[in-house]
Amino acid sequence: MNFTNLFRIAVKALSNNKLRGFLTMLGIIIGVASVITMLAIGQGSKRSIQAEISEMGSNMIMIHPGGDRRGGVQLSADDMESLKLRDLEDIQSKTRYVTYVSPAVNSSRQAVYGANNTPTTVYGVNLDYLDIRRYKVADGDVFTEHDIKTAAKVCLIGQSVVDELFTNGENPVGKVIRFGTIPFRIVGVLESKGYNSMGMDQDDLIIAPYTTVQKRILAITHLQEIVCSALSEAYTDDAIDEITDILRTNHRLKADDDDDFSIRSQQELSSMLTSTTDMMTVLLAAVAGISLLVGGIGIMNIMYVSVTERTREIGLRMSIGAKGRDILAQFLIESILISVTGGLIGVVFGVGAALVVNIAAAFPIYIQPWSVFLSFAVCTLTGVFFGWYPAQKAAMLDPIEAIRYE
Amino acid sequence: MKEVIRLENIRRDFRVGDETVHALRGVSFTIAEGEFVTIMGTSGSGKSTLLNTLGCLDTPTAGEYYLDGVAVRTMDKNQRATLRNRKIGFVFQSYNLLAKTTAIENVELPLMYNPSYSASARRERAVEALRAVGLGDRLLHKSNQMSGGQMQRVAIARALVNDPAVILADEATGNLDTRTSFEVLVLFQELHAAGRTIIFVTHNPEIAQYSSRNITLRDGRITSDVVNGNILRAADALAQLPKQEE
Repeated sequence: MNFTNLFRIAVKALSNNKLRGFLTMLGIIIGVASVITMLAIGQGSKRSIQAEISEMGSNMIMIHPGGDRRGGVQLSADDMESLKLRDLEDIQSKTRYVTYVSPAVNSSRQAVYGANNTPTTVYGVNLDYLDIRRYKVADGDVFTEHDIKTAAKVCLIGQSVVDELFTNGENPVGKVIRFGTIPFRIVGVLESKGYNSMGMDQDDLIIAPYTTVQKRILAITHLQEIVCSALSEAYTDDAIDEITDILRTNHRLKADDDDDFSIRSQQELSSMLTSTTDMMTVLLAAVAGISLLVGGIGIMNIMYVSVTERTREIGLRMSIGAKGRDILAQFLIESILISVTGGLIGVVFGVGAALVVNIAAAFPIYIQPWSVFLSFAVCTLTGVFFGWYPAQKAAMLDPIEAIRYE
Repeated sequence: MKEVIRLENIRRDFRVGDETVHALRGVSFTIAEGEFVTIMGTSGSGKSTLLNTLGCLDTPTAGEYYLDGVAVRTMDKNQRATLRNRKIGFVFQSYNLLAKTTAIENVELPLMYNPSYSASARRERAVEALRAVGLGDRLLHKSNQMSGGQMQRVAIARALVNDPAVILADEATGNLDTRTSFEVLVLFQELHAAGRTIIFVTHNPEIAQYSSRNITLRDGRITSDVVNGNILRAADALAQLPKQEE
């Protein structure tokens, strides 16, 4: 018996019992739809977090002086000043996986312009910093290498600072503001980046040459922080290894000494955040998967009833020449048809529900093609798995008894 | 005459608990092409077992069965299924039509399990068989829209559609009233006249008068095997029945 005929027979049998077929399908429809919706919501929030992190620079590496604090050991003042300009220069020249390197020294004071003032932070950096943190200049220009060499009193300011100080809408570029007691000439305004995922305003800052902040504000020669960017997110660990080697050599640490600096990467943060959303996705999908399982059991139940109910039909088919495997195939095709049709409808409903969540609740969603494919494959397998036993039962019937079954 | 069925000392034992039941205790006969044989016997005589054996649904414990020259006893389940599909037409007491299914689809069914038939050839054969049983005008009627007599005709058409070596009828008139029974018998006699080999299993002795040969079973053995010299015409009997009130 060929497949086309078996398929026809199965379709015919299903169409004889449309309501029952539909109710059985409903379990699969709900199961598949909820799997797709839940995965879309989970993936959506994961993606929105990832997007925010990459906005901050996902390949960013931050080096701080002082090792990990353990057991409440007091750090010496020396330790906190372990990062020197030489470390920065070595990282710049000797690494292969690091693209941009910038020193960072900062100070928080009042910024004043005319009658307005606002508390903010000045970051003393070099030109690489804008690339590392992905800041762009909206208006005006960046300060120059020459400004860094001469510790010039020039700065770039963030949009929030502009909003606080230049309330009457005048162009800040070229104006002089006071940071603490030091006057700074504004050479450029940064493009707004908004708030990051931790709720920090990324526009509330002033960027100035690090030499200026070191000498004129803080009066220090060490660096409070070095920020770098790896070649890409994937090379973060390699870059960290290189930097560690350079710093340990520079700081003349012996093999069994602890690091007198600590390195953190944005990647750690990102993997921490995404692992949270991943777990959420898994939980949601598991709950949805259970409903798919329940739908599968529904199929099995109905197929069992159907086999018992159609014992005489099976007996007849066998007496007129159907082999056990023809009967098996017929019932398997029936259950696969139920689950696949249910799966298709479920995909439509699931995608629809995800879009409704997106539009109505403004929740980020992302429908991953593999999640659609996966739930579809799972429900086909469900059809085979849960259809197998009833179909097997049908195929094992003895035609002599089946044909006389009352 | 060509031999269609040959039974050689067929035995069939069933184990029921610790006891062995001998349903058939050495049955031998041959049936030639074109015979209309009734097999009679009371319940427990072994006629159902004999029918199952003849229909290749069951295999004998001992003895040989040749259907159209093919030895059946050594065949496995799948081979017997194929053999049933090609060589046997079954007609059951309770019709066993598929529910909510048209006459033509019911008749096509045996050919669905025969890959050598195309969809159009199948349909053609089914229409032909339904015309042969006088249902040429009811091809698309569904099984639940038909009377008992019509359903049995569809079942007979289904038995004919694969052009079988032998038609096996199991109490084929058992569920029908007298008039319809005779109508069905007329149909069987027509098929017989057309050269079909028919085996009709029944416990109704009346039917034996319309067949060409009568085998009687008792306790698993053949007690009589007589050729009917005076075959009555079912059509005459039908004509003599009181007219139905319209």
